[in-house]
Amino acid sequence: MTDSAVITNEREAGFGDYVALLKPRVMSLVVFTALVGLLVAPVPVHPVVGFAAILFIAIGGGASGALNMWWDADIDRIMTRTQRRPIPSGKVGSEEALALGLALSGLSVVMLGLAANVMAGALLAFTIFFYVVIYTMWLKRWTPQNIVIGGAAGAFPPMIGWAAATGGISVESVLMFLLTFMWTPPHFWALALFMKSDYSEAGVPMLTVTHGHDATRRHILAYTVLLAPVGVALAFTSIGGPATLAAAVVLNLLFLKGAWAIFRRSTEQAVADSYATEKRVFKFSLLYLFAMFGALLADATFRALGWGLHIWP
Amino acid sequence: MAITRLHEIHARRFGRNLGVGLCLACFVALVFGLTVAKVSGGGATQAFDHVVRPELAQGQGG
Repeated sequence: MTDSAVITNEREAGFGDYVALLKPRVMSLVVFTALVGLLVAPVPVHPVVGFAAILFIAIGGGASGALNMWWDADIDRIMTRTQRRPIPSGKVGSEEALALGLALSGLSVVMLGLAANVMAGALLAFTIFFYVVIYTMWLKRWTPQNIVIGGAAGAFPPMIGWAAATGGISVESVLMFLLTFMWTPPHFWALALFMKSDYSEAGVPMLTVTHGHDATRRHILAYTVLLAPVGVALAFTSIGGPATLAAAVVLNLLFLKGAWAIFRRSTEQAVADSYATEKRVFKFSLLYLFAMFGALLADATFRALGWGLHIWP
Repeated sequence: MAITRLHEIHARRFGRNLGVGLCLACFVALVFGLTVAKVSGGGATQAFDHVVRPELAQGQGG
């Protein structure tokens, strides 16, 4: 057999193309929030076990990214933003992405279950199922609220990290979930407002396309209002503290101010200054999430050093 | 094709094979590290070893 000689073009996949299937940029958010979830938990975790837990959560997230690229290869070919992904560019076959995605899903769930506990493994399995089946296969091409539901998949990692340490689910981990969950819609829709994208050609219903920019501006404000109490509530749980409260108050006020500015603008105004406000709010939203989880980590550090306020609830 | 004979594909796929090899080596190291962490952490490490251990049978003592 000389089937190896058949593929002689220069576009043969290298190791990096398989890594690209795992969406490494999305992985950084997953790793950071899962790490915070694990570190703020009141149960100490052996460093090796903690490292393994974060690694397998990241691999599980990457596996769902590969499965997402396998299923969405048809629309990725149409949209310019995604045309250079490994499958549409012809470097990796779609069946290879499916195989890699399934294999890494199984490996990450089993290994997380063994390294940490069954609850963490089960939550990771549910996250992969949710992202691949509920979001990618079902809702993404069906409803303009796809971002809201899809955001849930991205919001699970801190809950998994928490479960890896404690073996359960609690108010704290659910609030950390809600923080990312409520943050995703305003974050993504701010991007959708100024990104000239070809979602409509690909047949993906985006709120900006199906209901227009004015409706999207209203949605951004509504979700930012809903997001505000989550951070404040987190500050008064066992993992919160002064840093979390300060961050929640300041960041939410700034985010609400930005969302209000977006809400008050018309498309004409936005076009006139080439979406300056929308771009500013989008960049701020990235800072918002990292700073909120960073503040939780800061409070956990204060407690570990014995600097915690004893009057804090 | 004998596995010992070098083929053009060996050179072409070297990067990929090296990557997979390193990943597997890291995985082995991680499982070993986990084993050390779990065993040295103590806890319920008693396993089924074909020996009757009265302390495992509840309510049958004294």
